[in-house]
Amino acid sequence: MATSRKSTHLGEFAAMLLIWLGLWLLFSFFSHNFLSWRTLSGLANRIPTLMVVSAGMTLVLIIGAIDLSVGSVLGLAGAVLGVAVVNWHWPFWAAAWACMCVGLAAGILNGLISVQLGVPSFIVTLGMLEMSRGLAYLATHSQTEYIGAPVEGLSRPLSAVGCSPAFMIGAFVTGVCQLVLSRTLFGRYLVAIGTNEQAVRLAGINPRLPKIAVFALVGLLTGLGAVFYTSRLGASDPNAGAGLELSAIAAVVIGGTSLMGGRGSVVSSFFGVLIIATLEAGLAQVGASEPLKRVVTGAVIVLAVALDAWRRHLAGSKFTFLSRLFSSRFA
Amino acid sequence: MPPAQLLRVSGLQKSYSVPVLSDFSFELLPGEVHALVGSNGAGKSTFARILSGLTHADAGQMEFAGQPYSPHSKRDAENAGVVMVMQELNVIGTLTVAENIFLNRLPRVAGFVRYGQLRKMAQEALARVGLDDLEPAIPARLLGVGQQQLVEIAGALAQNCRLLILDEPTAALTDPEIEKLFANIRRLQDGGVGIIYVSHRMDEIRRISNRVTVLRDGRRVATHPVAEVTPAGLVREMVGHDLPERKASGERGRGEVAMRVSGLRAGERVCDVTFEVRKGEILGLAGLIGSGRTETLRAIFGADRKERGDVFVGAGDRPALIRDPSDAVRAGIGMVPEDRKMDGLLLAQSIRVNTTLATLSRHVHGGGWLDFRAETQTTDALRQRLGVRCESAEQTVGELSGGNQQKVVIARWLARNCNVLLFDEPTRGIDVAAKDSIYQLLRDLAAEGKAVVMVSSELTELMALCDRILVMSNGRIVAEFLPGQWSQEKITHAAFSGYLDQATKPV
Repeated sequence: MATSRKSTHLGEFAAMLLIWLGLWLLFSFFSHNFLSWRTLSGLANRIPTLMVVSAGMTLVLIIGAIDLSVGSVLGLAGAVLGVAVVNWHWPFWAAAWACMCVGLAAGILNGLISVQLGVPSFIVTLGMLEMSRGLAYLATHSQTEYIGAPVEGLSRPLSAVGCSPAFMIGAFVTGVCQLVLSRTLFGRYLVAIGTNEQAVRLAGINPRLPKIAVFALVGLLTGLGAVFYTSRLGASDPNAGAGLELSAIAAVVIGGTSLMGGRGSVVSSFFGVLIIATLEAGLAQVGASEPLKRVVTGAVIVLAVALDAWRRHLAGSKFTFLSRLFSSRFA
Repeated sequence: MPPAQLLRVSGLQKSYSVPVLSDFSFELLPGEVHALVGSNGAGKSTFARILSGLTHADAGQMEFAGQPYSPHSKRDAENAGVVMVMQELNVIGTLTVAENIFLNRLPRVAGFVRYGQLRKMAQEALARVGLDDLEPAIPARLLGVGQQQLVEIAGALAQNCRLLILDEPTAALTDPEIEKLFANIRRLQDGGVGIIYVSHRMDEIRRISNRVTVLRDGRRVATHPVAEVTPAGLVREMVGHDLPERKASGERGRGEVAMRVSGLRAGERVCDVTFEVRKGEILGLAGLIGSGRTETLRAIFGADRKERGDVFVGAGDRPALIRDPSDAVRAGIGMVPEDRKMDGLLLAQSIRVNTTLATLSRHVHGGGWLDFRAETQTTDALRQRLGVRCESAEQTVGELSGGNQQKVVIARWLARNCNVLLFDEPTRGIDVAAKDSIYQLLRDLAAEGKAVVMVSSELTELMALCDRILVMSNGRIVAEFLPGQWSQEKITHAAFSGYLDQATKPV
């Protein structure tokens, strides 16, 4: 029934929300300044890039593939944005389009090679990771290019609402991706392909097109993420996005999306992003060093996924009280 | 003084979702070949699996060589001297022949395999099954199916075995290979080994076995000395009544041509296949496993590449261009694949998602949004029509029984209203009640004017359902039978005919 499907989704989101609020409370206990409008607003302005990339990464993981190139492609797209504004004197909007087109092109290339030639996406996108980073260095002569005012407006919090246009676009993109996933033909095909691609093919659906489209989409969203990133920094940095692929995968996985494909939710990934970002902000606030932050973040990722696996195990056993509390099923 | 009985079984019970063995009793003497016959699902394989430790009985006593016997694992059974050669090949293709034979007991020193000794042992084991010339160090995947089967048998014989279970051992063997196998069986017999021989083949049973036990629906129907049995009598006992021969109906199978296949060639298994199927007809495709039946369906459906040949859908003269299953579906063809879990279903998804998969584009409203309500309506209507037993349309398909899963795959094509339906072993692994409802469904589909092509290894099933049976052998259609003309013997004879030349040719 449609109603039961909705309620299980909501249960899932509620659980994520609770974990996030728990983190806030924990850090507020250690640091009195943490629970404030300023922290929240700061958080909102730090995450748009990770939000949109994670939304795309969710869809890629749902079809049972992976995209390791997002960080480098973001670097390359950002580099193109910088060169277009500074060297070619393009207006910001035109440069932003170019930036997104670079992301889209990289995504389409990933998709075509992996789907048409049957090369595992892990390998294709690993190659793309190296290539894009190299191209980013070539485009910028390995220099960080200061851009300044023309790009910064997108990331400056609007005084009326307290968050930046970038965050609002990111939230909108997250919502649209979730709707596409759960309510459209394309989304259903993605889930089906991730569950059993062979069966999808024998049901008379050609899985190639949706698969290529997913890689294209994550490329496009990475391009958008590059616009946000450059805008927040006020400069184009060839090192931008290093390690972003891991943060995005972590956020998606914390959100309960299966690495095996066939199951996942974009909104849950958004909560995964919030949890990672809150953790980092909170640890910084309580004075943890950078290395210590990484140790804790790493541990939290593993813990979150282990909890998720345990919860599903309980849901499978079907009779404990805990399983009723936590169980849910995805359409 | 050896015990009079090598194996004594009584009151054996086993059920999965349905009972598969009930109050089963069985006796085997040392040096006896005891054949087990019964239609698919009668419980033969389950009994073999219990004996060899692959599964456990729910209740009942087993006594082996005078000792209580209840193996907990395959290892346990083998230590006691009970060895099974399974129907499905268990050969690991990337390992060598020698490694496969001695996989769980490789000769070794401090963890290192002693390849010299292994080679010698393997050569001896292979010589025993007549594969003297086979190099033990080549990867097993290079062998043909028949040779792989012999390698497995060699592995079983190389153990200290007192009870050997052979499950359809000759399915993939050529005549000379079968002769070698029989010679081995006799040799083991002389050594006092008891042999349980599971087979459908009457001629082999009459040649090799001493006694025959007939199973039906998990119960022992009768045990006869082999001299007293006739094939017809055994079949009657297996089925429980005389076979319901389909009467040639004047109405069915007289419609216009729904699909015509001409000169189809695909891979090594489909050499030259030409046939047509009419509206309202159930066309059976019989043949041995590996004769190209499945491959023919897959090539028609576009699942595998065709090298040559055309598929005409409807009455037209222009061939349908089918390069991919999506082309076939658009032309009005649906296929229910042999392996429903691997190729048919999204096990982790709901009945609704599985049912509407091929018709999703018809379940949208408002410019592209999925219409969940329409999906649920379609699904509920179909699951009621097909009698799918489930909680709701939202239940995960993986939780359903085999028969209900199969109905979900069929529902997908009914939703699509395909004119030509290809069924590959539609009742494999399905309990008796669900089988009946699938038979009824196939008849209803034909009555509605659909063209049904059905591959099955159960001849009784084909003979009861079909308006016409084509027999494939070695990649070609070798015979066509109409109701009244066919018999198990004739069909089986035809199924082997394509291999007879090959068997006599030196390889």
